[in-house]
Amino acid sequence: MRRFFLIAIPYAWLTLLFLVPFFIVLKIALSDYALSIPPYTPKLDIGGSWMALKDFFAALDFENFVFLTTDDLYWKAYLSSLKIATISTLLTLAVGYPIAYAMAQAPDEWRPTLMMLIILPFWTSFLIRVYAWMGILSKEGFLNQFLLWTGIISEPLTIINTNTAVYIGIVYTYLPFMILPIYAALEKLDASLLEAAEDLGCSRFQAFWLVTIPLSKNGIIAGSFLVFIPALGEFVIPSLLGGSKTLMIGKILWEEFFSNRDWPVASAVAVVLLLILIIPIVLFQRNQQKQAEAEQ
Amino acid sequence: MRRFSWFNATSLTLGFAFLYVPMIILIIYSFNASKLVTVWAGFSTKWYGELMQNEAFLDAAWVTIKVAVISSSIATVLGTMAAIVLVRAGRFHGRTLFSGMIYAPLVMPEVITGLSLLLLFIGIGMDRGIVTITLAHATFSMCYVSVVVSSRLISFDRSLEEAALDLGCSQFEAFRLVTLPIIAPAVISGWLLAFTLSLDDLVIASFTSGPSATTLPIKIYSAVRLGVSPEINALSTIMIAIVTFGVITASLVSKRNAVNRQREEQAAARMT
Repeated sequence: MRRFFLIAIPYAWLTLLFLVPFFIVLKIALSDYALSIPPYTPKLDIGGSWMALKDFFAALDFENFVFLTTDDLYWKAYLSSLKIATISTLLTLAVGYPIAYAMAQAPDEWRPTLMMLIILPFWTSFLIRVYAWMGILSKEGFLNQFLLWTGIISEPLTIINTNTAVYIGIVYTYLPFMILPIYAALEKLDASLLEAAEDLGCSRFQAFWLVTIPLSKNGIIAGSFLVFIPALGEFVIPSLLGGSKTLMIGKILWEEFFSNRDWPVASAVAVVLLLILIIPIVLFQRNQQKQAEAEQ
Repeated sequence: MRRFSWFNATSLTLGFAFLYVPMIILIIYSFNASKLVTVWAGFSTKWYGELMQNEAFLDAAWVTIKVAVISSSIATVLGTMAAIVLVRAGRFHGRTLFSGMIYAPLVMPEVITGLSLLLLFIGIGMDRGIVTITLAHATFSMCYVSVVVSSRLISFDRSLEEAALDLGCSQFEAFRLVTLPIIAPAVISGWLLAFTLSLDDLVIASFTSGPSATTLPIKIYSAVRLGVSPEINALSTIMIAIVTFGVITASLVSKRNAVNRQREEQAAARMT
């Protein structure tokens, strides 16, 4: 009996507040836009008769999804989200790997402090960390002032409201997610393997390329997914750092909902975003599972 | 051991500079006397004073704290239950769906979670406000809590619990007297994680809040969309200070506990 409640309570909670809402999104994505509150038809009348239920299903259609394919704004937004997420994941890897590598090489007594310094920004508000870059990247911002002062540039650069600012924002906010799994993989690496490689005639670089990189592969994969997946649906960063030309699907969904108040289209956008995300999520789960099995 | 090379030292220095310089600049400019955020006009704390008089911000902060405390407490209870189910309950009908529902919210884009919950609340005719934000936050935080707690439960030595049962404890007593104290650090860090996730959340709160309740992130977002302002810098500085203090205290406490435990174990080893 106790076991039943233990399972039933969280199960019911998640079903009601996680699973059911998804079916509602799906249903509204298949409904028509209407000028009412809530702004869609048909509404499901749960107490309705069999005929009402039949009418309800008859009124559902794929119009909204067809609409997404006809207006090239949505295509472009999906593609540009994929592009931005991919590029910023690679950039995060390029910035994060050397840091994780250096942390793994650092003396043992430094490691807890280094670890805390990596985690600390993660506890700080996401919004504030993105906001911090608004003041740095703006036209008369800190970065431009600094570069003008050093004489590297003679005209202020336009960085804010471009995709470059979005890349910087994503790399900055998601960096800990990349560093931690790579560090975890590198920390376990047996240094004698590298010595063996060097004894067998590898240069230091070859030993790094042929031994260290393959052995940290799992960390690299996990870190990349942890950055790529949330970056794809990101809203705050493109909305604060990106410009009107920065197309990202999270932003489109937000605008469709709050500005255009077109709920059916917003729901259809959400459904398609979810379908795109399923592939990386499944790949990520498989990678994690393989890793867990390998460790046992 | 290899020598700590120049390359490593450089990448650590540059890496930490990248992580911390933006926040340091933000903190410095919160003490700027000028309204113009990029021109330094001398030291002043007047923005902190103005912040303390800004009723809208104080109200929003109060709503945010209430939501965070309640939602993270609900999330901790539900998440711990879910972790026990995942690790201990064995096979039951619908187990795959259950673990799917625990892991899916972790990778779900916030815009989708927010949209779907809003549509649910409207569908069942619930007024949006503090209650709906709290329910939404409790739902996604419980998944984080259950991941944290279940990783502790997996490494937990079950024979301790069996010993308690052999010595005459009921199932519930064994849980309360043996299991709970051992997983307590994970439960506490789960609560802290849920609390900060709730404090931090903009997107889900925007979808699920109504005109009657505004949280601090919503307030900050609508202010910074218009550009950088010294008042927001002051507010950010206060929030960064609280978090830094909390994280450092927590890590010192856990370090001291680890040292104490080691000492006790050594003492016990000497006695035998």
